[in-house]
Amino acid sequence: MKRYSAFAVAREALRYHTGWGRAWAAPTPNRRYDVVIVGAGGHGLATAYYLGKNFGITNVAILEKGWLGGGNTGRNTTIIRSNYLQDPSAAIYEKARALYENMSQDLNYNVMFSPRGVIMLAQTEHEVRGYRRTAHANALQGVATEFISPERVKEIVPIISIDGPRYPVLGGLWQARGGTARHDAVAWGYARACSDMGMHVIQQCEVTGVRSEGGKVTGVDTSKGPIDCDKLGVVVAGHSGVLAEMAGFRLPIESVALQALVSEPIKPCMDVVVMANTVHGYMSQSDKGEMVIGGGADGYNNYTQRGSFHHIEETVRALVETFPMISRLKMLRQWGGIVDMTGDRSPILSKTPLEGCFINCGWGTGGFKAIPGSGWGMAELMAKGHSPLTEAFSLDRFKEGRFIDESVAAGVAH
Amino acid sequence: MSTRIASHGRLIDRNTTVSFTFNGKSFIGHAGDTLASALMANDQMMIGRSFKYHRPRGLVASGAEEPNALVGLGTGSRFEPNQRATTTELFDGLSARSQNHWPSLEHDIGAINSLFARFLPAGFYYKTFMYPRSFWKSVYEPFIRQSAGLGQVPTERDADTYEHFYAFTDVLVIGGGVAGLQAALTAGRAGAKVLLMEQSAHWGGRAPVDGGTIDGAPVEEFVEQAVSELEAMPNVTLRNRCMGAGIYDHGYALGYERLTDHGPAQPGPRHRLWRIRAKQIVTATGAIERPLAFAGNDVPGVMLASAMRDYVVNYGVTPGQRVIVATNNDDAYRTAITLHEAGVQVLRILDARNSGGGPLMSVARELGIRIDCGRAIGKVKGGKRVTGVSVCAQEGQGGALEDVACDAVAMSGGWSPVVHLWSHCGGKLTWDDAHAMFRPDPQRPPTGADGLGYVTAAGAANGALALDAVLEDATVAASAAARAAGFKSKSVAPPQGAASPEAPLEPVWLMPRQAETPLRMKSWLDYQNDVKVSDVQLAAREGYESVEHTKRYTTLGMATDQGKLSNINGLATLADALQAEIPQVGTTTFRPPYTPISMGAIAGEARGEVFQPIRKTPMHDWHEAHGAEWEPVGHWRRPYAYRRPGESTHDAVMREVKNTREAVGMLDASTLGKILVKGPDAGRFLDMMYTNMMSTLKPGKCRYGLMCSENGFLIDDGVVARIDDDTWLCHTTTGGADRIHAHMEEWLQTEWWDWQVYTANLTEQYAQIAVVGPMARTVLETLGGMDLSKESLGFMEWRDGALGGIPVRVYRISFSGELSYEIAVPASLGQALWDKIADVGAAYRIMPYGTECLHILRAEKGFIMIGDETDGTVIPQDLGLHWAISKKKEDFLGKRAQERSHMTDPDRWKLVGLETTDGSTLPDGAYAVAEGVNPNGQRNVQGRVTSTYHSPTLGRGIAMGLVLHGPDRMGELLEFPGTDGKTYTAKITDPVFYDKDGEKQNV
Amino acid sequence: MLILRCPYCGVDADETELAPGGEAHLKRFGPGSGDDDFHDYLFTRENPRGVHFERWRHAHGCGKWFHAARATDTLQVFGTYPAQTSEPPKEVLALIRAARPGWSWREFA
Repeated sequence: MKRYSAFAVAREALRYHTGWGRAWAAPTPNRRYDVVIVGAGGHGLATAYYLGKNFGITNVAILEKGWLGGGNTGRNTTIIRSNYLQDPSAAIYEKARALYENMSQDLNYNVMFSPRGVIMLAQTEHEVRGYRRTAHANALQGVATEFISPERVKEIVPIISIDGPRYPVLGGLWQARGGTARHDAVAWGYARACSDMGMHVIQQCEVTGVRSEGGKVTGVDTSKGPIDCDKLGVVVAGHSGVLAEMAGFRLPIESVALQALVSEPIKPCMDVVVMANTVHGYMSQSDKGEMVIGGGADGYNNYTQRGSFHHIEETVRALVETFPMISRLKMLRQWGGIVDMTGDRSPILSKTPLEGCFINCGWGTGGFKAIPGSGWGMAELMAKGHSPLTEAFSLDRFKEGRFIDESVAAGVAH
Repeated sequence: MSTRIASHGRLIDRNTTVSFTFNGKSFIGHAGDTLASALMANDQMMIGRSFKYHRPRGLVASGAEEPNALVGLGTGSRFEPNQRATTTELFDGLSARSQNHWPSLEHDIGAINSLFARFLPAGFYYKTFMYPRSFWKSVYEPFIRQSAGLGQVPTERDADTYEHFYAFTDVLVIGGGVAGLQAALTAGRAGAKVLLMEQSAHWGGRAPVDGGTIDGAPVEEFVEQAVSELEAMPNVTLRNRCMGAGIYDHGYALGYERLTDHGPAQPGPRHRLWRIRAKQIVTATGAIERPLAFAGNDVPGVMLASAMRDYVVNYGVTPGQRVIVATNNDDAYRTAITLHEAGVQVLRILDARNSGGGPLMSVARELGIRIDCGRAIGKVKGGKRVTGVSVCAQEGQGGALEDVACDAVAMSGGWSPVVHLWSHCGGKLTWDDAHAMFRPDPQRPPTGADGLGYVTAAGAANGALALDAVLEDATVAASAAARAAGFKSKSVAPPQGAASPEAPLEPVWLMPRQAETPLRMKSWLDYQNDVKVSDVQLAAREGYESVEHTKRYTTLGMATDQGKLSNINGLATLADALQAEIPQVGTTTFRPPYTPISMGAIAGEARGEVFQPIRKTPMHDWHEAHGAEWEPVGHWRRPYAYRRPGESTHDAVMREVKNTREAVGMLDASTLGKILVKGPDAGRFLDMMYTNMMSTLKPGKCRYGLMCSENGFLIDDGVVARIDDDTWLCHTTTGGADRIHAHMEEWLQTEWWDWQVYTANLTEQYAQIAVVGPMARTVLETLGGMDLSKESLGFMEWRDGALGGIPVRVYRISFSGELSYEIAVPASLGQALWDKIADVGAAYRIMPYGTECLHILRAEKGFIMIGDETDGTVIPQDLGLHWAISKKKEDFLGKRAQERSHMTDPDRWKLVGLETTDGSTLPDGAYAVAEGVNPNGQRNVQGRVTSTYHSPTLGRGIAMGLVLHGPDRMGELLEFPGTDGKTYTAKITDPVFYDKDGEKQNV
Repeated sequence: MLILRCPYCGVDADETELAPGGEAHLKRFGPGSGDDDFHDYLFTRENPRGVHFERWRHAHGCGKWFHAARATDTLQVFGTYPAQTSEPPKEVLALIRAARPGWSWREFA
């Protein structure tokens, strides 16, 4: 692999960039791999990457039905934070956030992690109490957050209106090392690094069946032929139900549309991510200058990657109220993604009833920020059979009533 | 130079002048001008700077597809960034500024990027800026952000208003060109209710510019007649300046009407968002001309041939005096002919086709215009303005055959139907090889609720480019749409369009075909985002082969024009690099809106005070007048405390608590939910809804009840009163009223639908006043009308009666541990009763109290609060509420769930009281630490604070919390690290801090 | 932006009038049921990429709960019917079978 650097770019410039090779190879699939990962989104690629990096398992194929990073990895609002209330969530999201800090250097691919800070606004007394509780929990979890005053919020986000007539800002939960990253680059960087370790990233390869013998997985059928494996990782977000059915089990998952939008680009005006959960909206500004805006998910099952416009209206209304200056900006583009929601809105990283088959799904609206932590834990789970990062996120928790409910802190969406 | 010409100008009124400023400089234009045409008339061809390289940029197009000419419009509270000059109608006093440069448009430091363009290819930032690590956030990113971003930031609150509008129609026609007009006529004549929308101020689209005849008369006559016929139809609504912004599922469409953008002094809302439900939609959105990719195709003065024609014909302005036309099709000849007629010198037509064009070529040749076939532009010369071109052979690498001095270049690469709206909701496309374009695939339209198509493309938007074909296609499309909407159209022959026939185009995706790398690095595909042919080729080489990868890697098509000019050229370039066919490469997804729409319009009227409805109790205004500090609870406002002059909020709360404990307080409890449950099966139903047994409650009695979800968690609590044999009244929390009512209905309607029970949410029908404290009975007895003695109205009983002449229902219940009555009255009498109680109570020191006092009173007594002690993960057993869980019932919601292993785990945290050793108040939400850390390195914890207050009654901090094995550890000390750096030590106690034996309420 | 016809009041209700309620025709498992049955009842969902039977409430209308048979991949609606039933009406099933040969959902086909 050609190492990326400013020097390499300059050197290539002299020959009009004709010397750059493929970022990742395009191999024909082998008949057998030690591990097959289904789904070349961020989570699938990260799982493969850490299988190689942490456990030396590199005879790995990552199968992708479409193009890598083409699902929710490339459709989200790129927010990274770990200010979660419950221990298991804080652990995996903070692991992810910490890995994001060094990801560009680790992958030799600039994923533009920007620890610009994340504020979650408290706009009711209930939220104030919820975020104070989270701040206490975070302190013991090793997650650096603090509850800040309205004045401090205004200082950090000058364009905010803190004395809105309906929901004045009463404070905020501030995570200074939260931020954003370039979503596509995360998938591309992992794909390049996996390819460099000799793994096969195989695009346009749809899994059509899961094969097993005596309750143990033996391989998959694909649009490019059968592929054997010892271990199978299913990391396909909204399509988990379909894959699980092939593997002979069912999931506590429902797929719904989540929408986002961006404004036209403007010069820098907000250097942090702001989430306003009372009014249901959040906003950050991309490096290109677009205001990147998200809101709540639709409430009904949907696979169309289109949502309902009234959710866009609600979100924009909330943000115009919170940031009056955006009223004269224009919405450039809106889009939807299909997110997989579990019964407690927390993910599943787990063994399955089929031996050798592991599943990573249910990230709902919060998957992007977890990618490296999820991959790290999933790799450990697949390599060793257990991982402290994933233990609480097992599939059997629903049967036991052992939920990981993050909505308790003031109804926070992910 | 660009200038106004004496002829043409069908849309301007040369007798009316309009003054405006651009970058502070004053200019004059005419009524009817766009900002773009007026700037061109004033020889202001350079209008902006590009996103990445800050290259000088001028007008390329004349409409919504314009990528370059974006300006900041207006000032102060009416400033708007990124406004397209081509769609901005000129008005007197208009003030515009160019964007993305410093210090000025003419001299931009950022243009230095252009010198290093070779070092800044697509995606270079993924390969660089990684070291040292901390520099990304502190150095590189701020630099990138500052040089990127286009428009300036609005700084003031928007002075304008916006509105939403609902519309229902049989047939929505989007686009008011000849296709749209003919479609509207067809559907309208069939009797369908028609809504016709046109994004610009003018009807007819570009047909009047392109010429030809309809039924033997000039196109303009057809347009005039069509509009007047449509205006006369009662079933047709016409709206211009109204863009079809998006098409959504089940026939939903958005219209974006710009009401006052062309005259900001006019009263009324600025934009109106139309939320339309249409049975059928006809997209008559026309087509957009494609640029040609040649070196220097971004220099100001290089324009789309059709746009140049528009400027001449519509506005009487020309971008230059000596023009070169480059084309691969016949349409550009119309521009050459028009320019020639307008007195502009056309130096060459460079036709990339070896065989040239059809009859239009002959016309041009007869006019004396030199036509070179098989020729291409090798390179455009000039920086801020075109100064000339070097001509080369199309089949070649760009070796110059001659250099020609000129001041403008018209280019045409063929036409692409505007398929955006067709595609928004899933309509698929098919590749039309003859015209080298994607057009709607009629076999795969967007489908609606009935599974059938509800969008039909018409005219050029459907790939019918010639005038006769446009009219015929529009007629067929609209007949089909009307029929699908239930209207049969009479078969009338469409009007006959006649325009010059055209020779086939020849696809040209790069000019010259084998252009060498340095030329490809100057051949723009996406103007605004600075994506060139070489960038797409680099992406393909590096394996970003999917069209989505290429788009994202190069940012092709992601600018504010969303690739209207660049998508097809980029796609073709990618296909060529991959040696694949264009349809195999596919397109990216088209997403709404068609062009950007204002956030203000999306938000609509709901801002400020009317952002959300406020629910007010009957006594709301009284509270307001008596110093209430409001706390939002759901959509209600409740008084948090009543501050007296000179008092802090904390002081007020302390006073209210002391007064209530010592004398008497009154609370507006009207927001509590009140749900009537009635019917022969009501008791059985409530036994399922509550953990307690409600069916055995005697009429006249009250019982405190708990409600769990089917998942076992506590969701609400409140006092239930049995009114008569088959009637119960269930009180819920303030936030719970609507939710619990819906919860009851859900179970009644979907699970136990054969049970005879009715529910009614009476929350707003009654005002409720709590009179609380040792003097409560005295106050009410003074008011008179009911016997409220201990004997007559015992604890947890209710009676109907009258107090002070007002009919009331009095509940003797207590959420404070004091002698307490809650009095319900019809809402309209709430204020009257409140006033009477306040009047007679004055002698007994009665004071109103707010929610914070309420919280402290209940916490002193160890009463739980939904939302504090519960958070959606707590079951009644955690809170020591076993007594409220019936052991006799076989079933209730949550019972099965509470049998699961984690719910019966003895290690669940349980409710206790917490007393700090030093009397201080524990911090809200603090956790009690345990020894060591867990496998993830997190500090182990063994409990947490759920409620914490300073108790003025006890003069110390009190708290409740959930603690591991808490009830078995009375007297043990726990440590709670605060976020303030201090660690608080608290003793585990009984959660009842005050009047453990309940003597105060049993009087 | 869905439109569903409320089978009670006959109104073609816009999505903004409606509250979604998840999968329909779930059989309730209460006290005495096994862990697996109870888990499946509460959490396991068909979540098909295709025809879905689901519950809706005409929340900002007549207040009634009803069921809809709707495709999650195209948003086609095959029919709506009152919630007071444990299985889809035959005519709705026939419509689905006609539009999607070979289709099945739980025990229905």
